Amino acid sequence: MLRVRAALMARVRAFFAGRGYLEVETPLLAHAGAADAQIGQFVVNDPVYGTLYLQTSPEYAMKRLLLTGAGSIFQVSKAFRQGEVGRFHNPEFTLVEWYGAGYDRARLIEETCQLLGELIPDLACAPRIVAWAELFRELIGIDPLAEPTELLLQAAYDWVPSARGLTLEDRDSILDLLMSTALAPRFADDRLTVVVDYPPSQAALACLNEAGLADRFEVYGGALELANGFCEAVHHDEYAHRFAQEARKRQTRGLPAIARDERLLRGLAHAPLPPCAGCALGFDRAVMLATRASDIGTTLAFPIERA
Amino acid sequence: MDRLHPHTETIMATYSTSEFKNGLKIMIDADPCSIIENEFVKPGKGQAFNRVKIRNLKTGRVVERTFKSGDTVEGADVVDVEMQYLYSDGDFWYFMSPETYEQLGADKTAVGDAAKWLKEQALCLVTLWNGVPLSVEAPVHVVLKVTDTDPGVRGDTSGGGGKPATLETGAVVRVPLFINIGDSLKVNTQTGEYIARAKD
Repeated sequence: MLRVRAALMARVRAFFAGRGYLEVETPLLAHAGAADAQIGQFVVNDPVYGTLYLQTSPEYAMKRLLLTGAGSIFQVSKAFRQGEVGRFHNPEFTLVEWYGAGYDRARLIEETCQLLGELIPDLACAPRIVAWAELFRELIGIDPLAEPTELLLQAAYDWVPSARGLTLEDRDSILDLLMSTALAPRFADDRLTVVVDYPPSQAALACLNEAGLADRFEVYGGALELANGFCEAVHHDEYAHRFAQEARKRQTRGLPAIARDERLLRGLAHAPLPPCAGCALGFDRAVMLATRASDIGTTLAFPIERA
Repeated sequence: MDRLHPHTETIMATYSTSEFKNGLKIMIDADPCSIIENEFVKPGKGQAFNRVKIRNLKTGRVVERTFKSGDTVEGADVVDVEMQYLYSDGDFWYFMSPETYEQLGADKTAVGDAAKWLKEQALCLVTLWNGVPLSVEAPVHVVLKVTDTDPGVRGDTSGGGGKPATLETGAVVRVPLFINIGDSLKVNTQTGEYIARAKD
């Protein structure tokens, strides 16, 4: 397994080197944490620097490099997410993250699928690119953008009977439940499914298109989420606004406040991000699919239980 | 602390979904349950859920439940204790702790299928919920006397064919033709199968 893993990593590096990407390394331990309210973070207390965060992705730091004119960059990085443990999750995992300067979403999707095709030879057919809302219509017959929340909740109880009795306070939680338990398990196993056009409430840091939907994509191999990409939002105000939104969510849920990335915000206030599209790929999961492993732990030298 | 009545001494913990693991005993719909499978699902940017398969320890039924990650559930005061079977009065089966000599009665529902294998002094695994027997597991291998079967066929030691034999506890097992009334047999209680003739 470790040999296969090393060979696949060598392929990743060759892939990006061949396309003129510059490999970079950014800190794993930083003063700011991820704004995202859905992501648990490891907080470290240092006698000199105070509160530091183990990074949940290299996104902010890489964007700071983009602001300095770095051009197309990629990174192989460890990322840490607290509480994420299971067959498909290890709290410490490997992300391959890259930003294509001047890329739009279509070009990045093509590149991501090419990379995954090189890593996972079992994928026979061409990827299926499908709108997020279309999947709900096609597989469970509801319009996730138009239906009132009560109806979505009813659909969730119908399609996921084991969730009956569960209090789901917000619309996105219901949609996430349906996506991961009712829709994704029905994605084709022998090809990639690329989900595009997310609702604005799930935009993260993607820009919005003319239809008001997030210019974001997720790549699935079977039911397994492999990569997440954006046509990146570029303006300071968009970042400040979404950071504030997530901070409010944290507050309502009683989660600890996270120090926001002031350096990134200052950089963006000075000049917008050069137009680009970026993607983060869960490398361990790609290894899982390439080796037909059913547990992420088998792709790692030492999973968390033995780390 | 009294091993059979830990509930008198402890307040049951609550468990967060992050502590879920196979074998954890939790309360679901006021019944004690055991987790037999726990799957963490989460879209990278979205809400995390734990999809859990649980066995209801009262009914034995397996159900699936989905929790929002971070939710908490009350723990169930369930312990497994090794106890010696004493006797039955028809309504209850009485067991004794070989350590504390304390005696407990288990009702028909708790004893279930184990009843037909229970012979005095057999060491059983008794599952207690709040100190009350919830289920009883007979020893995997028991030695029991045949009280009724068709006469033995001399010379047939092949074990092929076979015939039913009633044992002293009332259980009926399939045995080879050479077995006679009064023979002691070693039996697997989990499969209900004859293993061998035992020396008295």
